[in-house]
Amino acid sequence: MTAAIRAANTDGRAALVIYLPAGYPDLETSRACLEAAAGAGADLLEVGFPYSDPLMDGPTIQAANQVALDAGCTPDDDFAVCARLTAAVDVPTLVMTYYNLAWHYPGPGQEGRATAGSSRADGLDDFAAACRAAGLAGAILPDLPAEEGARWRKAAAGGDLDTVFLAAPTSRDHRLQAVADASTGFVYATSTLGVTGERQSLSAMAGPLVTRLRDVTDRPVCVGIGVTTGAHAAEVAGFADGVIVGSAAVRAAGEGGPEAVAALVRELADGCRRSASVA
Amino acid sequence: MTTPTIAPPDLSHYGRFGGRFVPEALIAALDELEAAFHSAQADEAFGARMSELRRHYGGRPTPLYLAERLSAHAAGPDGAAARIYLKREDLAHTGSHKLCNVLGQGLLTERMGKRRIIAETGAGQHGVAAATIAALLGMECIVYMGEEDCRRQRLNVIRMRLMGAEVVPVTSGTRTLKDAINETMRDWVTNVETTHYLIGSVVGPHPFPMIVREYVKVIGEEVRAELLGREGRLPDAVVACVGGGSNAMGLFHPFIGDTDVRLVGVEAGGDGVDTGRHAATLSGGSEGILHGARSFVLQDDYGQVRPTHSVSAGLDYPGVGPEHAWLHDTGRATYTSATDEQALEGFRLLCELEGIIPALEPAHAVVPTVELARRLGPDAVVVLNLSGRGDKDVDEVAEVLRMVDA
Repeated sequence: MTAAIRAANTDGRAALVIYLPAGYPDLETSRACLEAAAGAGADLLEVGFPYSDPLMDGPTIQAANQVALDAGCTPDDDFAVCARLTAAVDVPTLVMTYYNLAWHYPGPGQEGRATAGSSRADGLDDFAAACRAAGLAGAILPDLPAEEGARWRKAAAGGDLDTVFLAAPTSRDHRLQAVADASTGFVYATSTLGVTGERQSLSAMAGPLVTRLRDVTDRPVCVGIGVTTGAHAAEVAGFADGVIVGSAAVRAAGEGGPEAVAALVRELADGCRRSASVA
Repeated sequence: MTTPTIAPPDLSHYGRFGGRFVPEALIAALDELEAAFHSAQADEAFGARMSELRRHYGGRPTPLYLAERLSAHAAGPDGAAARIYLKREDLAHTGSHKLCNVLGQGLLTERMGKRRIIAETGAGQHGVAAATIAALLGMECIVYMGEEDCRRQRLNVIRMRLMGAEVVPVTSGTRTLKDAINETMRDWVTNVETTHYLIGSVVGPHPFPMIVREYVKVIGEEVRAELLGREGRLPDAVVACVGGGSNAMGLFHPFIGDTDVRLVGVEAGGDGVDTGRHAATLSGGSEGILHGARSFVLQDDYGQVRPTHSVSAGLDYPGVGPEHAWLHDTGRATYTSATDEQALEGFRLLCELEGIIPALEPAHAVVPTVELARRLGPDAVVVLNLSGRGDKDVDEVAEVLRMVDA
């Protein structure tokens, strides 16, 4: 993943990271949308695994999640989407979901885990193995802060997966160090305080956060949350190594399927390029 | 007053339960809150102000009432059952135990220099308490409440609005308490620098379960002191309803070290734990991570949180505080459940035998208390935490019992 981001940077642009949830508007179309994003210039893909209580997500992604859950999508369906996707495209792909879903993987048939007993295994090793088997390069678990992340990092290391942790504008310096130390692949800098969703303008908090991260790590820093348009992408590309876009892509997927996603990604990719060449 | 307790291994975890599973954006606020709490605990002026407000504004200590007719009912015609005491939290200001917590957290909010309070509510008791404290301290207050709960608990919606709070109906997910918490968390992630999340129970990421417990444990401390004075002994059992678990933790905590005192939690059994339509998290759930803590959760095998059902909006929640998970796992406390039907029976018993209209939440604990009193026999003493009054529930109960003329 780091290599893909650095390759884009060497090419004079910020890496473009596109998030779309599996199963929205349906499993097949979600795969087609992700492939279209890769074809139109995305350097990395994030596949969301829908969860019942997505507390880091705003209305657009919540609604998309709910469509997939109502249709009965399970994590194994989501992994199947990933497996076909990673076989068809050559951009690194991550899973993005909430900790409880990874913790319970693979789900039914694991009753022994959750019942009484002194030492309880969780599903994190199985989840990491499934990620690997589906050709995924890493995972983002936004409700898992670095201090609770040791168990997941161990499981991810076993599956040779990158672990991406979030840094926030409110993170103090010692925490930025912990986030950077726990992250491999890249560090996810949240541009603003708030949940995922489209914004009119980019938060002024993003630049200073990236600057502070530069002081504690050499890893690539990608900026997400609220990056909506090509102009936003251009702005972010001026100071960050990567640009992450979710809700705008989800809206495009819902409104116009793969063609609309491709059109948006072209606009965003153009933004990434234009600004990086200026900067 | 000092009471013996079994301390969990560290302040942020209860055995393997607890912790903080929240987005990074909130961690600084949790650290700030924890620091403010510890500094306030060491500040005599803060403690004095809280005691003063608890007493003269909140009506503490609340009475401990020997319910003779309920005890006689438990005894039956053969005449042998324990003495049942009711801890009258229903007589506290705002009509429930919730004021203890919001008073403490409200003063902490002021100490942190924040002027905006957000809160979730199920039955509306916590929302009313939060609106109350916001009015008292001159703060802005936003309460998130599931759309379905707004309907069920209309009276409390009006009370909150009368005190100047904004009530935001939540239409996402199951439209009940779980989704109200999600919405409040989303607001907090967005406005964390100016806003305190005044959480309403012993749930959520550390330090919330610890802070809320420290503010509500006055309930058990009062019971302990009062009983030692009147009976010259500790109770044989203390019983409380458990949703998130704040009133139960408040009652249990000062007795955790007294291993002869049984701690009994009663969860909402809905249509019956075996039907799947219930909210009995410890009785019918499994381990997982919800709302920032590792605890027990009502969820499917994949970890997707399940819809819950209870006649009582305040217990209609698929999670439970991590310290309760620890008490359950270690066997120190026992958790049982009462169905909607049993809760309604408990409701009627207190109305008809004692002239007390209880909230539907503690009404769940009445029938299990009666059964326990019968089992323990005439020399025993059982304390039931009557955590709130039932004015808010009369419409719902009348409808369920078809008491209103068509």
